[in-house]
Amino acid sequence: MTNYLLIESRDGIDARDSGGFCCELATVLSRRGDRVAVFAVQNGVLSLRAGAHAPGLTKLMFAGVSVQADLFSLRERGIPVDGLAHGVVPSELGTVIDCLADGWRVIWH
Amino acid sequence: MTGKTTLTFALMDAPFESARSTTALRLLDIAAARGFDISVFAYEGAVMQTFALQRPHANTVHGRSAEEENHFLPKDAIAALFDAAKRHGGSLDWVNCGLCVDERGAGEAIAGVRRGTPADFWKMAEASHNTLVIPTRD
Repeated sequence: MTNYLLIESRDGIDARDSGGFCCELATVLSRRGDRVAVFAVQNGVLSLRAGAHAPGLTKLMFAGVSVQADLFSLRERGIPVDGLAHGVVPSELGTVIDCLADGWRVIWH
Repeated sequence: MTGKTTLTFALMDAPFESARSTTALRLLDIAAARGFDISVFAYEGAVMQTFALQRPHANTVHGRSAEEENHFLPKDAIAALFDAAKRHGGSLDWVNCGLCVDERGAGEAIAGVRRGTPADFWKMAEASHNTLVIPTRD
């Protein structure tokens, strides 16, 4: 099993130009038996608000992909932690460094 | 490769233009605080991140002086990263793509930055535990 961390920095987690990365790749890898997490940073956190139209997020959750939102990016955009969609985990950016140090395959689309 | 954690980052974004540059500097700061050995290969517009002639400016539209504006300069943040890495027992090796530097007339870099080629990026990645490429896109 390989560990993958996919970084999404653009809004529209399931938009055609970025969702092919976050949703399709993450879903395929997870179904293959790999451990997959998506880390949203910058405008990538916008899709993770509760009530945002982001069917891709449901798809990721259903596939067992962990979805994390950068706390700094949330604060910059005035998004409270309790304003995140159910299941999204607020995280420090250090998570990315931890994953790199632990040998995860980290991909920034 | 030794037991000490070494991470390589490839940057491509020019300063003052993309939130990715800010996130990249945040990542480097975290890695420096953890005492890791860090290698950075700056490609294309990213070679301007360390350009020594970056200058703060006033904002006449808002009536603020250069001091009041307190303009953020990436070169100063990167100079601080060199110090932070050393202070925490790690290191920072920053290589600017030489041809990218020449194209932009950006030869005057801050202290500690060296000139190289994409082959240096390959060597850095080979010698590191892991590598993160931060591409240009928003």
